[in-house]
Amino acid sequence: MKIFELIGRYFLLMGKVFSRPEKISIYRRRVIYEMEALGMNSIGLTAIISVFIGAAITLQMSISLESPFIPQYLIGYATRETMTLEFSSTVVALILAGKVGSNIASEIGTMRITEQIDALEIMGINSASYLILPKIIATVLFFPFLTLLSIMIGSIGGYAIAVLTGIMIPNDYIEGLLFDFRVYSVVYSLIKIAVFAFIITSISAFCGYYAKGNSLEVGKASTRAVVVSSVVIMIFNLILTQLLLT
Amino acid sequence: MIKCEHIFKSFDGRTVLDDISVEFETGKTNLIIGRSGSGKTVLLKTLVGLHTPDSGDIYYDDTCFSSLDFTERKTVRRDIGMIFQGGALLDSSTVIENVKLPLDLFTDQSEAEKRERVDFCLKRVRLDGADNLYPSELSGGMIKRVAIARAIVMNPKYLFCDEPNSGLDPQTSVVIDNLIHDITREYDITTIINTHDMNSVMEIGEKIVYIHEGHKWWEGTKDDILQADNRELNDFVFASAMAKRARGAEMREDRTR
Repeated sequence: MKIFELIGRYFLLMGKVFSRPEKISIYRRRVIYEMEALGMNSIGLTAIISVFIGAAITLQMSISLESPFIPQYLIGYATRETMTLEFSSTVVALILAGKVGSNIASEIGTMRITEQIDALEIMGINSASYLILPKIIATVLFFPFLTLLSIMIGSIGGYAIAVLTGIMIPNDYIEGLLFDFRVYSVVYSLIKIAVFAFIITSISAFCGYYAKGNSLEVGKASTRAVVVSSVVIMIFNLILTQLLLT
Repeated sequence: MIKCEHIFKSFDGRTVLDDISVEFETGKTNLIIGRSGSGKTVLLKTLVGLHTPDSGDIYYDDTCFSSLDFTERKTVRRDIGMIFQGGALLDSSTVIENVKLPLDLFTDQSEAEKRERVDFCLKRVRLDGADNLYPSELSGGMIKRVAIARAIVMNPKYLFCDEPNSGLDPQTSVVIDNLIHDITREYDITTIINTHDMNSVMEIGEKIVYIHEGHKWWEGTKDDILQADNRELNDFVFASAMAKRARGAEMREDRTR
């Protein structure tokens, strides 16, 4: 029964979040601020993880596909497809659920227990919309750039490992990257990350917004945000793959 | 004027407010006093609509606040200023941004006009040179001053203060108390202060409501409180050294007469 109550509360909160904002110009400023706080500050982490994963995938592929009957450019192809279809959207989303999700839940949870949200409500401000809507807009707009960045940097990581270790001819790798390139795969990945961005931000904000008590509860809300977001991302990954790729 | 009639509020089956009816007067500093856990914070939060009463009505002048919906309440709330126990300043905003926020959202004033109003309010609470500091860089007294400045920036008709001098040294407490009292007089605001500090009661209390275990136990003025014939109230009042001294002085005066 509790799960239905929570889902109901989540949708009620989203109703408040998407009600008409008090003043658009203030929200615009807050979106830019959140883009920097939640998006720009995640570039470094995304880049580091992508370069190493790209390199690791290339290494693994070169070992798995080591055969005179399999052309080497397929290693580059497989790296690109893995990065585009799954890693740069789903795995990056899981990483961001940990970083951004916990950040959002603890920030809003702290505001709740220190009465900052009450203060906004008393001023006549729709606190849910004021605090959460700019975060949702910022992440839904910015996370797709992180995915594009991740695809590019992951591919560069694969190229770098090919050059550094000599496991394959770098030109073959590049040929593989360009082989049978379909723009739709990138579009699919961008649609997925936009949906995941909404999931991460809204669920984490929900967990923080209804935090009660003390700092321990804020910590629990933060953990809950990461766990629930990750599970929902995995479910929606399946749903979206079924809807968009089959 | 703010009036509540037969307010009941309970949490998880535990009654916290039990049939509270009281009228808070305009232009006066109305104090809600009581021991910790007596229900005074719940009463204050119920009055501003942060808690919904189980039953009973709350009136802001002629408007029945408790029967308004979310959107209608927002309109009344623009006439409300509130000072929270910990200040409740937005951590990610500077002093100026905190005070200016209601003006940004609810007025069409130019930046210069808003800045002028913010400067006026910060001067009124005697806070200089802290414009661009963040709440984490302020002392407890400064946080309370910024909270007062933010509460009065929209010229509120009603001011609520939840233990405004908790955690402050006695001197700063007196300054904050007097500031709230002066602002109440100056702008003819209905001010309700929630406190268990007897110094505040004796300094600025014009109308006092004593809450005990969720009931309204007593109401009167600061002059009446020392003569009140009520054991719970006396226990509360005379636990404070200042009140004891005041009572002693009164008795000496009586004897000389």
